[in-house]
Amino acid sequence: MFEKILIANRGEIACRVIKSAKSLGIKTVAIYSEADKNSLHVQMADEAVFIGPPPVNQSYILIDNIIEAIAKTGADAVHPGYGFLSENSQFAKRLEEVGITFIGPPVKAIEAMGDKIASKKIAHESGVSTVPGYLGEINSSEHALEIACEIGFPVMIKASAGGGGKGMRIAWDKEGVAEGYQSSRNEASSSFGDDRLLIEKFITSPRHIEIQVLGDKHGNFVYLNERECSIQRRNQKVIEEAPSPFLNQNTRKAMGNQAVSLAKAVDYFSAGTVEFIVDSDQNFYFLEMNTRLQVEHPVTELITGVDLVKEMINVADGKELSLTQEQVGIDGWAFESRVYAEDPRRNFLPSIGRITKYSPPAEFNDGTNAIRNDTGVFEGGEISVHYDPMIAKLCTWSNDRLSAIDTMRKALDSFEIEGITSNISFLSAVFDHSKFISGDITTGFIEEEFAEGFSGVEHSEETIERIASCVTMMHRFSEIRRTRISGRLANHMRKVGNDWIARINQTELNISLDPFVNGCRVNVNNARELTITSTWTPGKTLAEFDIGGDQIQLRVKPISEGYHIEYRGAELDVLVRTGRQQELGSYMKEKELPDTSKYLLCPMPGLITEIHVSVGDKVEEGQPLSTVEAMKMENVLKASRKGTIKSIAVSPGSSLTVDQVILEFE
Amino acid sequence: MNDIVSELERRRIEARSGGGAKRVATQHSKGKLTARERIELLLDENSFEEFDMFVTHRCTDFGMEQTKFSGDGVVTGWGTINGRMVYVFSQDFTVFGGSLSETHAAKICKIMDMAVQNQAPVIGLNDSGGARIQEGVASLAGYAEVFQRNILASGVIPQISVIMGPCAGGAVYSPAMTDFIFMVQDSSYMFVTGPDVVKTVTNEIITAEELGGASTHTTKSSVADGAYSNDVETLAEVRRFFDFLPLNNKDKSPTRPFYDDPGRIEHSLDTLAPENPNVPYDMKELILKIADEGDLFEIKENFAKNIITGFIRLEGTTVGVVANQPMVLAGCLDIDSSRKAARFVRFCDSFDIPLLTLVDVPGFLPGTSQEYGGIIVHGAKLLFAFGEATVPKVTVITRKAYGGAYDVMSSKHLRGDYNYAWPSAQIAVMGAKGAVEILYRSEINDSELVKQRTEEYEDRFANPFVAAEKGFIDEVIMPHSTRLRVCRAFATLRNKKAQNPWKKHDNIPL
Repeated sequence: MFEKILIANRGEIACRVIKSAKSLGIKTVAIYSEADKNSLHVQMADEAVFIGPPPVNQSYILIDNIIEAIAKTGADAVHPGYGFLSENSQFAKRLEEVGITFIGPPVKAIEAMGDKIASKKIAHESGVSTVPGYLGEINSSEHALEIACEIGFPVMIKASAGGGGKGMRIAWDKEGVAEGYQSSRNEASSSFGDDRLLIEKFITSPRHIEIQVLGDKHGNFVYLNERECSIQRRNQKVIEEAPSPFLNQNTRKAMGNQAVSLAKAVDYFSAGTVEFIVDSDQNFYFLEMNTRLQVEHPVTELITGVDLVKEMINVADGKELSLTQEQVGIDGWAFESRVYAEDPRRNFLPSIGRITKYSPPAEFNDGTNAIRNDTGVFEGGEISVHYDPMIAKLCTWSNDRLSAIDTMRKALDSFEIEGITSNISFLSAVFDHSKFISGDITTGFIEEEFAEGFSGVEHSEETIERIASCVTMMHRFSEIRRTRISGRLANHMRKVGNDWIARINQTELNISLDPFVNGCRVNVNNARELTITSTWTPGKTLAEFDIGGDQIQLRVKPISEGYHIEYRGAELDVLVRTGRQQELGSYMKEKELPDTSKYLLCPMPGLITEIHVSVGDKVEEGQPLSTVEAMKMENVLKASRKGTIKSIAVSPGSSLTVDQVILEFE
Repeated sequence: MNDIVSELERRRIEARSGGGAKRVATQHSKGKLTARERIELLLDENSFEEFDMFVTHRCTDFGMEQTKFSGDGVVTGWGTINGRMVYVFSQDFTVFGGSLSETHAAKICKIMDMAVQNQAPVIGLNDSGGARIQEGVASLAGYAEVFQRNILASGVIPQISVIMGPCAGGAVYSPAMTDFIFMVQDSSYMFVTGPDVVKTVTNEIITAEELGGASTHTTKSSVADGAYSNDVETLAEVRRFFDFLPLNNKDKSPTRPFYDDPGRIEHSLDTLAPENPNVPYDMKELILKIADEGDLFEIKENFAKNIITGFIRLEGTTVGVVANQPMVLAGCLDIDSSRKAARFVRFCDSFDIPLLTLVDVPGFLPGTSQEYGGIIVHGAKLLFAFGEATVPKVTVITRKAYGGAYDVMSSKHLRGDYNYAWPSAQIAVMGAKGAVEILYRSEINDSELVKQRTEEYEDRFANPFVAAEKGFIDEVIMPHSTRLRVCRAFATLRNKKAQNPWKKHDNIPL
């Protein structure tokens, strides 16, 4: 067995690999860039080697630097994680040359599956169902049209070297082909320096379902069933689950067998994933094979009980797989939420900076439900502009899909992240969405269901009543504490009442409390009775309540007259007032929020390094207006619309906070 | 007897109706509450006891004897905020526009005298058109009577002013001499001369809001300590604020039950101060992580943001915090920040509120505007304030403590009780670059040598040890245990006794 493994990665996946290596008694080496000096993976590893400046191409993907780190530490194997060098055959080759084991598939398999056209040919030849399309290169617009007509519309034109949606166009008719051909080609050439294109049938209502395969160096293969990854935003997976709520046993088996035959065809070993696109009739077509550990591998681990990283290490060491196909089952249901540092309310703009609070739900597994949280960050750490803004992969497992969804909702409720904005509210909204709950999802789910973007969830009247009741209890508790201050006029205490009016948005609810130890019987609007208990005390930012047996958790922050609440995708200001306070409060005027569309606001805290325009300038949409340096990165802020500059509020050298005005349009 | 009781009832109803239903409705339509409604929200339910409800003015000029209102435009009395006594006056804009007459002033003076005698704070709710012109000099005399009492009560009982409508001309000087001024956004303004006079004299055209609104006074002039969106929120915040204050200068900082562990460890603080001294960080995070329940009441939040001043609680007891903010102007001391902090420190010292000082200061802001503006005198205010303060003083240097600014920021030499430093602290006369340029002027053209000298300097001074070796730093503490160490330090200082030599009063460089 290996003595020491170097993990050629960072963040949560490095931490994940370190855990499995440790459990096998193998020492670990982390590598880190300047930006990652204090990272969690560095703290967790036995040794850590500095490998260069923050940009990835000067550190984490510089093969020479990593080879040097291996030499320095005497590691005898390398786990590449995902991304970075994980599917770089040059890297695997170099390791082979210096006699270091690459914990991954053979070089040839990486090469064969790395090219989209080549991989399709191999798949086709080994009996894997592929999307009807042309497996050669397209050399002209006319050629493209000819093929498109053969396949039948709609068709997808995409870059052979592509990925991430770049160089991808859908043509619905003949006219669309010429146009799509040209723009795909331009994009492919500028993005990848390779303008080869391919055409295939465009699948409508598609689902993204992938098969996890595992092979060893002795020719044994298993497939660990599927993961459904249809919940994507701009081709970026957001929520994954295993198994898929859609596949029947026959399809599952057929997909599994085809995945294994493809793996066999390229003499595969280690972990790999065969991605399929599945249409509404359970027809499935091969997309591509990823010759690495996938981000979403934990959901497979949760339903199969297999530690994929351990298997990869053992396979690399020449051991046989620890299980046979017959031993692979599906135990329960698992979900993964990718918690990203991004602001869903601002079109998912990345949110970088210091994590001032990081308090994930506790991991557990009681045999009925489980929470697993793979993370690479910690409280006081930083989300850097240089890397993927992923904070954590929050996974839940339960016996069935609905319970796993419920466990996830609660886990998301209690996930506290401050300092940066996260997409937790958005994830909560998806897990509360009826279509998602019913399993009726396609890769277009987010685009269709959140067509206007995300602006928060509107809760039902009942939920609002529950929240209002809980907040009223909190308010009463903290008011009573206030009356216990020193220096009171003896015998003339303030009495805190039990009848309150809770105000959420424009709605007012009459809430009467009948307190007992650690709880209250609550009457809402003389119509609903609730019994609520809680051990919340002032200062706690996560408030837990039991409402007649239902557990709810609110993220709370005190504001004047009440609390700001975050719950299940909604953010609410709840004011709690006495009847008289409410009566007088009703005279207050609602203040109109200032119209910010006329302003360029600073999207992040930073330093203004340049103002590119002057007062009176007419600017076009997309024209650079100002440069803000944040975290040593220059961010060019562009005009979101045409207009004339009316005034400039800041000058180079000013340091700004979020939403501070930089300039104003006429 | 019954007749008298019913007459009393009638008179009370009349007094409570203020300037009449129509004027009350006008007040409400502006999103403003009446004088009595404000008192209701400010004080504990049913705790208000009114004085001088039936007082009327004595003016007989300009036909004034024809119009009299019970109470004469101001409601006065006392009540409690969370059970603690406070005297209150609230000007009634519905009666003669809240204008100040001789009797109106006398009512205010009466409760101020009682407040001083009975050692309880005064809160004034200001909503007044100014002097009652019909009364002439009698009205001016009334102002002066109030001023004199503000002056004598200063440092004896806390005085809080809340500006909830107009406050113009001479009227501004009573709030100006109180300890804190809070304003209501969009419906209050303060100025010595209004837009009309400004236009006549200087030709400047400006609105009342721009000239003296809440935004002006919280961001530009620093006259106000805070502003809130409407009457209700403002009064709720004043209640919250009141709980931080002692009742008088002989009272201890108030204390209340708290739900936080004094020993709470915050590992995230170990990564708060970036290694590169030129990279800023948010000092507020440290304050919130030290404070009980993360609760900070900031004073002058939007003015001179390079220094943070405010109140927190440690183990339930009020502590004043002064902290450099590296996020703004690198946290340097300048005219504005020195003035802001100096006034805050003196308030705390007047009322026996312990002081926590968090230091990351690169020095004083250079430049002609600072020198011409008198940074020497203004910087001296803060130095003076810290030096004369006899309250418990705990200081934590998180990173830079350079030059004279190090001395100023509640250093050991200014009778700091506990002076701690984080391992990231650098206590030196100046930053390495500047120091090398002066120490090795002749070598300045040799970049290699300069680099080497800079490194030498950093090795020697870019740490807390030089100061610690001399005893200027009592101990180097780990950032994660800052709350624990600070709580323990203040715990030992609860019975601190320190006195300044007898003097009539000091002569702080005003």
